[in-house]
Amino acid sequence: MTSRSLMVFALLAAAACGGKKPVEAPAPAPAPAPAPIDSSAIQARMRQDSINAAEARARAAAEAAARAAAQLQAQLTAELTSMIHFEFNKSDILAGDQASLDRKAAILKANPALRIQIAGNCDNRGSVEYNLALGNRRAAAAQRYLINQGVAASQITIVSYGEERPVNPADNEAAWAENRNDQFMPTAGGNNLMAPK
Amino acid sequence: MKSFLLVGLATLSAAPLLAQDPTPPIDRGVRVGITYQPGTRPRLVILPGLGLDSVRAIVQRDLDYSDRFEVLALGPGDATSGTAAVNYQLYRTLGAEYGVELRAGATGVLVRLHDIGSGTVRQEQPFAIPALSAPDFRMAVHQVSDEIVRWVTGTPGVAATRLLVLLDKRAYRVDSDGAAVTAVTPSAETVLSPTWAPDGRSIAYTRFLDGAGPIIIQDLATGRTQRVAGTESQLNFTPAFAPDGRTLAFARTDQDGGTDIYAVNVADQCCLRRLTVGRFADNLSPSYAPDGRRIAFVSSRPGTPQIYAMSSDGTDQELLAPYDYGATGPSNAPEWSPDGASVAFHRDIDRAPQVFILEVGSRRFKQLTSSGRNSDPTWAPDGRHLAFVSDRSGRGQVWIIDTETGRIRQLMLPGAVRLPHWSRRLGATGP
Repeated sequence: MTSRSLMVFALLAAAACGGKKPVEAPAPAPAPAPAPIDSSAIQARMRQDSINAAEARARAAAEAAARAAAQLQAQLTAELTSMIHFEFNKSDILAGDQASLDRKAAILKANPALRIQIAGNCDNRGSVEYNLALGNRRAAAAQRYLINQGVAASQITIVSYGEERPVNPADNEAAWAENRNDQFMPTAGGNNLMAPK
Repeated sequence: MKSFLLVGLATLSAAPLLAQDPTPPIDRGVRVGITYQPGTRPRLVILPGLGLDSVRAIVQRDLDYSDRFEVLALGPGDATSGTAAVNYQLYRTLGAEYGVELRAGATGVLVRLHDIGSGTVRQEQPFAIPALSAPDFRMAVHQVSDEIVRWVTGTPGVAATRLLVLLDKRAYRVDSDGAAVTAVTPSAETVLSPTWAPDGRSIAYTRFLDGAGPIIIQDLATGRTQRVAGTESQLNFTPAFAPDGRTLAFARTDQDGGTDIYAVNVADQCCLRRLTVGRFADNLSPSYAPDGRRIAFVSSRPGTPQIYAMSSDGTDQELLAPYDYGATGPSNAPEWSPDGASVAFHRDIDRAPQVFILEVGSRRFKQLTSSGRNSDPTWAPDGRHLAFVSDRSGRGQVWIIDTETGRIRQLMLPGAVRLPHWSRRLGATGP
């Protein structure tokens, strides 16, 4: 056996095994007559291997990029939809929520096709029907803040759910505080958000 | 003589509640009637007789719930033959002033009101009553009860009425005695602010959707619904019919955060007009005076919601229920009384709502409740009984108070109840 035929044998064996666990060898057969060597098949196989490797690298890179993009989308969506909260019977924007609203304004400005609905919510201690008006005030307070930050008015609609959709149905101070909120929901253009520059 | 009294069990059980609501009776002046004294409860006995057990039981309870009488319940040993003469002497001994005789007739019941003192029949009338299994049976009997109340007091009772309530997200109707709790809106819908049309044949409510809330008028007999013109967009709520049933006032949110009152002609589905211009205040919860000329409503123009009034065209707006700026809690849910003299509402005391009655003429008011959270009062058509939501028994339930005696009872309903509205008097052939 020549060194060349040895190499061919090794390559064929490697290709056959495909990097998997070695299979049990069959009972040794009488040494076959050396087959004629087809060099073009070998070259095609090598070319294919290198293409496969390149494709895998590209795929991994694309997947990483998609993961990063999805992560950014998730982060932008989370920032856009994070709730703000209110004091009892009040509709004033709290100082602690201004940073959250500033970030929402930046996202809205970076994505002119984005449309959101702001829903104002109340705890269940006020009057059922007055809470519908109060929820609308709360939604409008955030809307006004965003517009003052340069967001186009056409990007925002407001709605009130009064006390009808509590985040936390319990009846205690902590639940009431959670339930006095504005919720922000994309209604259009919310799928491929651009990060603000 | 073998007789015993179950005198006023309800009176005894009401006593502790009266202690919680120490409200002096409101003097509403002299009523028509020969011997009936307002503020007193003459003893009345349902005379024993053969048959009509269901009718007798309903009438007896209705007359008790009317709060006009101390209804004497006779024991089983008192049953006498239906043809026997009325034993006036016996009932005089029991202190009864009135006896109600119910006698089965060909198509209903013959009712006689006996004046026990003079031993005479004061009034007599046959009433048609459908079969026990007929859907109108209870309402027809309630109408008999209401007529008996009218014979004695000059004012009909309010047994033949119903209340609309919210149970979870659906509107239900329930008879004034707590019977026949029936869903009137579909299970798939969330509704708010159910209200009766004056004729009791249809109702209006907010269909609560994502981002909008049209007002729907629904015919109770056919179930047919119709969206009120002008309420397609935005949240439209707290509908209230004018007494003529042709105009509907309601509150509507706008995209600037405000809420204002509008009125629309629902008979012709036209002529939407705006009655308030809030700018920096919300206006909602309209309630027409019985003459249709004034509307009581809630406005937050002083910073907290308080009770205002205006002409039905939106002019001549004024504060109705006095308050102390910065001290008085939010006041909401006004409802004008059927006699026009009063407006019931609730006002937060130490952050818990309590029911008040404002006398429109004097601008003085009385606090009716103090135990638990009590809200959203609604008048019975007699202008004497008020229903409201209270959590005094745990979850929100409808309680009915007689504003003259302070007597109070609970409508037992299966769940937490919100936003009751009491109908006007209903016909037996009504829904």
